[in-house]
Amino acid sequence: MQRYSGFGLAKHALTHNENWQRLWRNPTPKKKYDVIIVGAGGHGLATAYYLAKEHGITNVAVIEKGWLGGGNTARNTTIVRSNYLWDEAAALYEHAMKLWEGLSQDLNYNVMFSQRGVLNLGHTLQDMRDIQRRVNANRLNGIDGEVLDTQQVQEICPILNCSADARFPVLGASWQPRAGVARHDAVAWGFARGADALGVDLIQQTEVIGMRIEDGQIVGVETNRGFIGAETVGCVAAGNSSVLAKMAGIKLPLESHPLQALVSEPIKPILDTVVMSNHVHGYASQSDKGDLVIGAGIDGYNGYGQRGSYPTIEHTLQAIVEMFPVFSRVRMNRQWGGIVDTCPDACPILSATPVKGLFFNCGWGTGGFKATPGSGNVFAWTLAKGYAHPLAAPFSIDRFVSGKLIDEHGAAGVAH
Amino acid sequence: MLHIFCPYCGEHREEAEFRPKGQAHIARPLSPEQCSDEEWADYLFFRDNPRGIHHELWVHATGCRKFFNVTRHTVSYEILETYKMGEKPKVTAESLAKGGRS
Repeated sequence: MQRYSGFGLAKHALTHNENWQRLWRNPTPKKKYDVIIVGAGGHGLATAYYLAKEHGITNVAVIEKGWLGGGNTARNTTIVRSNYLWDEAAALYEHAMKLWEGLSQDLNYNVMFSQRGVLNLGHTLQDMRDIQRRVNANRLNGIDGEVLDTQQVQEICPILNCSADARFPVLGASWQPRAGVARHDAVAWGFARGADALGVDLIQQTEVIGMRIEDGQIVGVETNRGFIGAETVGCVAAGNSSVLAKMAGIKLPLESHPLQALVSEPIKPILDTVVMSNHVHGYASQSDKGDLVIGAGIDGYNGYGQRGSYPTIEHTLQAIVEMFPVFSRVRMNRQWGGIVDTCPDACPILSATPVKGLFFNCGWGTGGFKATPGSGNVFAWTLAKGYAHPLAAPFSIDRFVSGKLIDEHGAAGVAH
Repeated sequence: MLHIFCPYCGEHREEAEFRPKGQAHIARPLSPEQCSDEEWADYLFFRDNPRGIHHELWVHATGCRKFFNVTRHTVSYEILETYKMGEKPKVTAESLAKGGRS
């Protein structure tokens, strides 16, 4: 792999940038691998990368029905934070946050991780009590967080409508300074390039259409390009997880919903942090390109269509204009929908299954992007050892039977 | 915007009047205390979540406020039928596979 550096940049400029190496190969699938990962989104690619890097397992294929990073990795609002309420979730997301902090160096690929802070606004007394509780819990878990009053929120974000006359006045916020945003595509490309350099085969435009199971043990997957063997298979397919599970005769506690986001026309720098509101129900940040990146809740019905409904767009923009009256005449440029796999307790599933060798990493719902490196890291460990990483263990599918749920509807943000 | 036929109002109305409420025809176990943990979890949490034909519960929230069932395709979002509570769907994945529309 050609390493990127300032010197390299200058060197390539001299040759008119015509000699850049391709980021990854486009290999023909082998007959058999040690591990197959189904789904080449951020989480799947991160899993492959850490399998190769930390566990020395390089005979790995990542199988993707479309192109890599083309699903929810390309369809999110790029927010990264770790201020979750419960210990189990906080530990997992903070693990991811620590990996984010060194990710560009680790991958030798600029993922444009920008720790510009995230505000979670409170608009009612109950909101503020919940924020106090969550920030206290975060600090006990070693995660940075502060409770701000209206004045402090206004200082951080002057364009936010903090007037007492607002329909839902801002009473305060939680503030995580280490949180921020990252460039979503670069995350997928960086992990893909890193995994490919370590020998992982990235197999695009190959759809898994069946699972071959013998005596309760997975032996490989059927694809539209033929059978590919492996005794360890990890499914990281977000909204399509239930479809894959069905192929193996497993039912998951998931529902797939469209989650929409929008970007506006590019405008001059105006918003240098991330603002989220559970109560008014919307969130916004500004990308380096200048467009406002806006999101809110899921469409209520189940859907696999990768597009959303107009009532949800209207609801989203009402919330944004309520918070930022100054944006009322900004025009929207693009809108898209990703298919999110929502879990009843708003926490992911990182789990073995009744089929030996078959593992699922799913249920990240509306907030999976922030966890990308952490999810890949613990899932790689799980695949390599055959049992759950200590951070992944509480997220077993068994929790829906035992009742030991991790209810993160409060801290999981606005999208519920 | 979906146009949904409310079988109680007998009219097509706009999506904004309705709220989806998840998978239809989930029967509450008659004696929950007799259920195993697995059966109870299956009732509470585990869903079919199909890519294709889905029978689901909707409520006409700002209309007659009654619950009813919808058969809908989860990729095209096309609504194939709506029917009252207690009735069975006429359109199913099996009936479509036998012939008729996809």
